[in-house]
Amino acid sequence: MNAATTATNTVTSGRALAGQAPGLLHEDAGEGRGQGIALIALAAALVAAPFLVYPVFVMKLLCFALFACAFNLLLGFGGLLSIGHALFFGFASYTSAHASKAWGLTPELSIAAGTLVAAALGLLVGSLAIRRQGIYLAMITLALAQMGYFVALQAPFTGGEDGIQGVPRGALLGVLDVSSDFSLYWLVAGLFMAGILCMRRIVHSPFGQVLKAIRDNEPRMVSLGYKVDRYKLLVFVLSAALSGLAGAMKALVFQFASLVDVYWTMSGEVILMTLIGGVGTILGPIVGAAVIVSAQSYLSSLGAWVVVAQGAIFVACVVLFRKGIVGTLADRLGRPL
Amino acid sequence: MSDDIILEASGLSKRFGGFDAVGGVDIKVRRGSIHALIGPNGAGKTTCFNLLTKFHQPTAGQIRFDGRDITSLAPADVALAGLVRSFQISAVFGEMSVLENVRIALQRRHRGSSFDFWRTERTLRSLDGKAAHLIEAVGLASHISRRAGELSYGRKRALEIATTLALDPKMLLLDEPMAGMGHEDIDRTAELIRTVSTDRTILMVEHNLSVVSSLSDRITVLSRGKVLAEGAYADVSTDPRVVEAYIGVPHA
Ligand SMILES: Nc1ncnc2c1ncn2[C@@H]1O[C@H](COP(=O)(O)OP(=O)(O)O)[C@@H](O)[C@H]1O
Ligand SMILES: [Mg+2]
Repeated sequence: MNAATTATNTVTSGRALAGQAPGLLHEDAGEGRGQGIALIALAAALVAAPFLVYPVFVMKLLCFALFACAFNLLLGFGGLLSIGHALFFGFASYTSAHASKAWGLTPELSIAAGTLVAAALGLLVGSLAIRRQGIYLAMITLALAQMGYFVALQAPFTGGEDGIQGVPRGALLGVLDVSSDFSLYWLVAGLFMAGILCMRRIVHSPFGQVLKAIRDNEPRMVSLGYKVDRYKLLVFVLSAALSGLAGAMKALVFQFASLVDVYWTMSGEVILMTLIGGVGTILGPIVGAAVIVSAQSYLSSLGAWVVVAQGAIFVACVVLFRKGIVGTLADRLGRPL
Repeated sequence: MSDDIILEASGLSKRFGGFDAVGGVDIKVRRGSIHALIGPNGAGKTTCFNLLTKFHQPTAGQIRFDGRDITSLAPADVALAGLVRSFQISAVFGEMSVLENVRIALQRRHRGSSFDFWRTERTLRSLDGKAAHLIEAVGLASHISRRAGELSYGRKRALEIATTLALDPKMLLLDEPMAGMGHEDIDRTAELIRTVSTDRTILMVEHNLSVVSSLSDRITVLSRGKVLAEGAYADVSTDPRVVEAYIGVPHA
């Protein structure tokens, strides 16, 4: 719808422009502005947040927001539904916890290790799943993720039911101590922002254009000579790696990695966050994650009823905002967010 | 006329369940010619296109293109070899602008299979000039920044041709390029096909027989999955079997 309105606005001028400077034919100057402003606001909020809110809470939120954005990169921009993303989040979490605790790696290396492991798992799962369509693809990701869960349950290095506890946060590059919540916050916020900007770039890259076209009309892309499976695999790996970045950070924030992060409910939660915020928007999953994480924390006194409350929030969002909170807002404003 | 054959299919067959949609078709297309494939609905023309471009795997038969056996290639590789198809149901990228539609094809041709997710899409603007040129050639200059999904049917077909041409293929397969077009669009598209064919080969399915007669060098008539007749328009159109297949009554 946004593209439509922007396009009609430029049609009149487009007529005169056909023979002129190519750059003027593009609408992205206007499209970028809404997102640009929102991203600056986000950066400002990140700077202010630890002075206003308990840093661990904000860091938790950022980890889940990044995870949801990474998931949305696959669903919203790649058009592929995975219901096994906990595998990447959880194993990255285990890897960075293990690297930090058992190998004594610095935090940036532990996080990098987690991200790499997630990327490798993404390559494995993606190669097996990508040739399938729709629900079959989703089922394969779920099945493989459940296998991963059983590995995590049995493997010696994950600590089984106990998980990996007492993970040291260490010192950044071996010199900058990040063991306090406040200092770790800046590392997490910085990586979060880097991850978001990275995804924005992916979406607006030549590769992103190809993804968009594949989502739009896959057979036509094949007929133009594009090997669509390779593009899908790459976006799968990128999504897995960024999910891994989120999971790896989470292990350092809570100094703990556990089975919860690889369990299928985690895959479900990230889907929920993305849908509530708005699929296919850059900022939607962040809002969705904020809603779910806040609800979980403020309603934690409700015990098992949290799940019911989450369901109610989800239903309310689906009824009130069919394209998610941010998706609906973007429609109102007439520009993508 | 040279006897240089660019595309040759022999014994081409496709069986769907127990039904032979295409049953042993032999076809030879001369380099640089416009070759028409005609026949009643359900004759197997689109299926032939699907087989030649490997969107469907033939049940039997062989395909040679430009001196090379392409029978076991993947469809994207057939396109890369220079044999590019259009679709009967108009195949544009509806969510993208007219410019972006053509540019995505230019992107493949000029940047190859680029996986550069770290670059900004502004790098693609270097292709805008070429894209605008192609768009103008099919008469869509005034629609260049419109969303392709909003175009009329005839204009979508024109956009599809521009997109296909952007790949600069050796050979084009056009499946009913003029279906749903008005008179004016038909004339322009026919002219376009003629221009394009000066340094390319074209195989097209078309129901508009006056277009077929004026454009094509050679015609193959398909009926019930088999070649019924082949030759110049004058010969084929007077062939009693063809008349029968088309009109559906015996030529008494
Ligand atoms: N994917 C398919 N599965 C089963 N039958 C098909 C398929 N595609 C085409 N057919 C059948 O093959 C025959 C030829 O169809 P088609 O090639 O589309 O004919 P044409 O393009 O000449 O009108 C038709 O009877 C059609 O129903
Ligand atoms: Mg057909």
